[in-house]
Amino acid sequence: MEKLFGVQDLNARYAEAIDDDRLESWPDFFGETCKYLVTTAENVAQGLPIGMMFATSRAMLRDRIKALRQANIYEPQRYRHVLGAPQLIEERDGALVTRTSFMVARIMHGGETMLFATGRYDDRVARNGKGLEFAEKTVVLDSRQVDTLLAIPL
Amino acid sequence: MNAPAGIRAWPTDTLTRVPYWIYSDQALFAEEMERIFRGDAWSFLCLEAELPKPNTFRTSHLGDMPVVVTRDKDGAIHAFENRCAHRGALLVIKERGETKDIACVYHNWTYDLCGNLTGVAFRRGIGGKGGMPPDSHPEAHAPRRLRVETFCGLVFGTLGSNTPPLETYLGADIVPNIRRVMRKPVKVLGGYSQILPSNWKLYMENTKDSYHASLLHMFFTTFRLNRLSQKGGLVVSEDGGNHISYSMAADVAGKEYEQAKLRTANESYALEVPELLKSVDEFGDGIGLQILSVFPGFILQQIRNSLAVRRIVPIATDKSELVWTMFGFEDDTDELHNIRLMQANLIGPGGFISMEDGAAVGFVQRGSRGAGRELSVVEMGGQGIGSEESRVSEAAVRGFWNAYRRHMGM
Repeated sequence: MEKLFGVQDLNARYAEAIDDDRLESWPDFFGETCKYLVTTAENVAQGLPIGMMFATSRAMLRDRIKALRQANIYEPQRYRHVLGAPQLIEERDGALVTRTSFMVARIMHGGETMLFATGRYDDRVARNGKGLEFAEKTVVLDSRQVDTLLAIPL
Repeated sequence: MNAPAGIRAWPTDTLTRVPYWIYSDQALFAEEMERIFRGDAWSFLCLEAELPKPNTFRTSHLGDMPVVVTRDKDGAIHAFENRCAHRGALLVIKERGETKDIACVYHNWTYDLCGNLTGVAFRRGIGGKGGMPPDSHPEAHAPRRLRVETFCGLVFGTLGSNTPPLETYLGADIVPNIRRVMRKPVKVLGGYSQILPSNWKLYMENTKDSYHASLLHMFFTTFRLNRLSQKGGLVVSEDGGNHISYSMAADVAGKEYEQAKLRTANESYALEVPELLKSVDEFGDGIGLQILSVFPGFILQQIRNSLAVRRIVPIATDKSELVWTMFGFEDDTDELHNIRLMQANLIGPGGFISMEDGAAVGFVQRGSRGAGRELSVVEMGGQGIGSEESRVSEAAVRGFWNAYRRHMGM
């Protein structure tokens, strides 16, 4: 239970960083080398590897945020994550394999709010010197459809 | 919104002015589905690789019409309307799968994989009561069968009786450039779809608009994946409907962008992990980017080693679904496979260089609301639809409208 408490806290802080537009701190929730993949349940079911975002290091996650801030063009928008209780699947090599459901609403600058994404986080959570971090995070979207664009990470 | 009576004609005698009602007229949308998507045009349905063995199916679309594509027990590919002869229910609900025959869930009418009606439940009734009159012939209302042709692993279908053979339709300029990419057995690597808040034509124009590429997509420009000053060109098919925009991988750029102080030329912008852009010249011709489109709604994309097919499904005047399928080849080395996974970051709704397209076409849809009688300006590169060396041109966009007008009789 105590372990799951730690994961729940990590999840909550992770989601808050995104929802509060503190995207520069988002990569710090991951290990220096890590895996971040946003994909669909359909791809996972078929064993297909390509999804919508993919990174293998914290530095690549920083690049994603840098591009988002400096290069990519998109209308101002925010997310609101609502997370389910994390489930401990197993402990492997000192890391916790966990699964957490999420729903994300997207709020456009004009006020339009929509249910943007639902799915699950399939995570591997490891301990670093300071606390817990994601060694792997696979964002498995329930739907294969994304409305307009996926700028901010999930 | 419907176009005011009497204005649904092309407003000028050139292709350089496009009326805004063309993106929002409800009646026109329905007419496009009939005249274009179910007329004498080839629509891309799926990759052959999505029907990997006998007795498999994949659902797709001909415009807004649902279609089933199948590979029968002998390996032949068929496509037919996804509509039961009886009451019109969808015959196949799943995206893909394996089956020997198809049964409508509503009343269990059955079909073979060619789309033939093979069984009507309780056709003779039960115990001599009920059932269908002996002279009834429901087979006459069977789902319409598409003419199917495949080319280099791409499956196309048409309902038109006068659609030319596929290779003729693609044209002599386009055929070798499909062959260039689709040169080996394909392996599907992933898929997703993007809901575009716009008319289907705005996305096709966007694809054919080589002028916008390095102006809207800063990521592209900054990392010299594509600058208009890079060597490349624009090839437009004879009637304008199909096109290729390409550029060489090596940047021979001068300082045109910097001198013009464009928003997109931020030299201070550098990646911590430039390996993201690492690529190999897998086609051996130095071409780093090739975007190829086929009227009305097909795109074949090579962006470095990121390969994908995209097809557009019109949903409403202001809503479309863009279905992406990423692929590599069966004989890809691990290195090339990993490069494709990494470069997938460039494309799709979350792609560094393509996320803006979904927003941009939506901006036009929203911006032109209420501008029905006004005209947009499509005059870069002059008035023609011919191929050219410069990609600072809207020739392929004008080509699209040339083909559109021909199909619509407008």
